[in-house]
Amino acid sequence: MTAAKAILRRVAPQLLTLAAVLGLIALVHPGFFDVSIANGRLYGSAIDILNRGAPVALLAIGMTLVIATRGIDLSVGAVMAISGAVAAAAITSGIGLVPTLALALVTGIACGLWNGLLVAVLGIQPIVATLILMVAGRGIAQLITEGAILTFNHKGLIFFGSGAFLGIPMPVLIWLAAGLLVTLVVRRSALGMLIEAIGVNLRASTLAGINARVLLIAVYMTSGLCAALAGVIAAADIKGADANNAGLWLELDAILAVVVGGTSLLGGRFSIIASLIGAMIIQAVNTGILLSGFPPEFNLIIKAAIILVILVLQSPTVRTTLAFFRRDKASAEAKAETVIQ
Amino acid sequence: MPENRPLLHATAVTKTFPGTVALDGVDFTLHSGEVHALLGENGAGKSTLIKCLTGAYRRDGGEILLDGRPIDPRDTLEAQTLGIGTVYQEVNLLPNLSVAENLCLGHQPTRFGMISSRAMSRSARQTLAQYGLEIDVTRNLDTYSVAVQQVVAIARAVSLSGKVLILDEPTASLDALEVRMLFDVVRALKERGLGIVFISHFLDQVFEISDRITVLRNGKLVGTQAIAEIDRTRLVNLMLGRELEQETRESGRTDRPEGEAMIRFRDFGRGGRIAPFDLDIHAGEVVGVAGLLGSGRTETAETLFGVTPHDSGAASDAGKPLHLGSPRDAIAGGFGFCPEDRKSDGIIGDLSVRENIVLALQARRGWTKPVPAREQAAMADEFIRRLDIRTPDAEKPVGLLSGGNQQKVMLARWLATNPRFLILDEPTRGIDVGAHAEIIRLIEELCARGMALLVISSELDELVAYSHRVIVVRDRHHVAELVGAEITTNNMVAAIAADREAAL
Ligand SMILES: Nc1ncnc2c1ncn2[C@@H]1O[C@H](COP(=O)(O)OP(=O)(O)OP(=O)(O)O)[C@@H](O)[C@H]1O
Ligand SMILES: [Mg+2]
Repeated sequence: MTAAKAILRRVAPQLLTLAAVLGLIALVHPGFFDVSIANGRLYGSAIDILNRGAPVALLAIGMTLVIATRGIDLSVGAVMAISGAVAAAAITSGIGLVPTLALALVTGIACGLWNGLLVAVLGIQPIVATLILMVAGRGIAQLITEGAILTFNHKGLIFFGSGAFLGIPMPVLIWLAAGLLVTLVVRRSALGMLIEAIGVNLRASTLAGINARVLLIAVYMTSGLCAALAGVIAAADIKGADANNAGLWLELDAILAVVVGGTSLLGGRFSIIASLIGAMIIQAVNTGILLSGFPPEFNLIIKAAIILVILVLQSPTVRTTLAFFRRDKASAEAKAETVIQ
Repeated sequence: MPENRPLLHATAVTKTFPGTVALDGVDFTLHSGEVHALLGENGAGKSTLIKCLTGAYRRDGGEILLDGRPIDPRDTLEAQTLGIGTVYQEVNLLPNLSVAENLCLGHQPTRFGMISSRAMSRSARQTLAQYGLEIDVTRNLDTYSVAVQQVVAIARAVSLSGKVLILDEPTASLDALEVRMLFDVVRALKERGLGIVFISHFLDQVFEISDRITVLRNGKLVGTQAIAEIDRTRLVNLMLGRELEQETRESGRTDRPEGEAMIRFRDFGRGGRIAPFDLDIHAGEVVGVAGLLGSGRTETAETLFGVTPHDSGAASDAGKPLHLGSPRDAIAGGFGFCPEDRKSDGIIGDLSVRENIVLALQARRGWTKPVPAREQAAMADEFIRRLDIRTPDAEKPVGLLSGGNQQKVMLARWLATNPRFLILDEPTRGIDVGAHAEIIRLIEELCARGMALLVISSELDELVAYSHRVIVVRDRHHVAELVGAEITTNNMVAAIAADREAAL
């Protein structure tokens, strides 16, 4: 039970933020929390946030691990485009659903392996190493789709974008399952601690016998796999692979989700759950702006402002200041009490 | 002689951390022209007091007067402008800037508004020459050893301090000659009327340089006295709050285990770091390594452990070849290595004491076999008790522990792996007198249980106390081996002095 309590304490700021954002949306848009069922699937604005937030949530899972090792993966958006393109090309060539999925996911893992090798073996700084694939990746995706939007009509594949199971949209199930699975693997084994150790002090970790090289490569491969899943969902959603726009700028949203989730860009302690909540916060802000009916040209500015507020509230300086005031108030109250007595 | 009005006067300084009262109403006065030693066990609150005085920490209570005027520095920069220069316990410079830049940062010499790098290098070279250090000042700081970095930090603080100079364990990684040069500089500053605060666990140095001492214990002030009025036993008593029984030995141990060597290194070396050497390690034997800083002591250890893998020779274990290409290989072979530079090579600052202790064991078991939570907790508690690690609990991030206690956590990490062959590089650095005796006892106990140890130390008395054999390293060569009764401080000093003469 103490473990559950510790997790709750860790994610409390993110949960509060999410609640505040949702509350704000509900104020300007009554009926926000309404849920209806049609065609065996839940519908509603709240469900929509969970659903639309799937790609960023998936990216955030891998990104959290990468950032915990003191790295960063800028290539995830491009990897989404590549694996979406691979999935579309494979399904239209008629090789069937399972080989298609396998091919798309293996493509993502291969991209991660490339990044991992650059970082762990060649020792290139992560931001530079992954920038290569970020730039080149979209080109590769365009080569696969031959410059056009590669559409498909395979029911099985489309199911991953717009289908539902037990009423819950598939993308939601996928990111929840992936988040749960990775969290369990990382926390039930020693991986979490070892990843945190290399993120805090790589040299000391190597001297303590941690196989940092293999661990780093595995982490980037996980990030590639998560990006591939996100790419398949994005492609399935629009029934086609759009090499130019699939996953565009999503790497930044994923990084933001991790940061809003409270994992430090300096590596070390991480929480996948907090990052997932962070992803939902970002999606809620996106959806909220749309629902509020602001002219779309304000969207990015409003989003930036909201995120600025969230980050400022979470910054260590503000937190200590707040704690200071709270303590001041507490001691003032204590004084008041003694006076009364 | 001290004037009437103190230079620095702190009253009732209080600082609390979650779970710890680090300072509890401590008074401290520093006169100009005095060297004031600040003493106490690991975790007594020495560094915290310094950090409160210089604004590195916000104090919870208390007042600080400098020259009679209240001051409240917000950060170390403000303290510097007030004339307080500080060398913190953990070297606090910018590793990826050059030595000259580190020395001159914030007050670079300029020509026509541009920084003149030639002038900067020149003044840096002159400054360092005062400490007998002649190095290439244009190279990055992190290409030099901890000792050199320490000298650079001291030189920088000295050049910044107009009124007060604070040195927190400045001599922990210096050799005897460097300490002498530092003390010359300190005496000169004292003549100029500066007040100097000196923290050290080396009591000989304290008696040599200080005028007065202040002792802290568990965050409380025990007392302040003139050094002339106190003797060593009494001082240790004040610090520990108990007697310290300590036997001293004249020469090395003669109960050297007989029989076949456990691990043999033949022609083992690494180009540019340590010349090929032969070394036999017996179970239950302590091999000491003596030599000056930079002579190849740490290089020997790092080559043995595969940190910088050997490129000549071979190792064998009971006749079978032993592959030592990386720390992982060495650990698989039953080695352990507690490195010298605990901040960069040792501790994982953000992780807890518990995680730091289980880390090496966990790495050896592999990620699929986590040490069960209950076992981790039990292990951490056991080592906290056995090594007397001062921490409110095992979940505190190790980076928040005092320096000496971090050192103990490092030892615990390797003891937890129960190695056959444990390499300790300066295991007692920054450790208080009480814990120092404990660690020497621990080394003897481990060795009695059949562990083989290789211990590098600058403290020759310490090597005499536990070594069966001592290897003297000079200019990256193993040049002498002293056995049993031959191991005396004099013999070692002779070998090391020969080294100096040869070098000059
Ligand atoms: N930033 C911090 N957060 C929490 N606790 C701290 C922090 N800094 C110091 N402490 C605690 O305060 C106490 C005093 O620490 P301090 O570093 O002042 O000891 P010290 O006397 O310098 O010891 P040493 O000789 O080992 O350097 C210790 O128990 C330490 O764990
Ligand atoms: Mg200290």
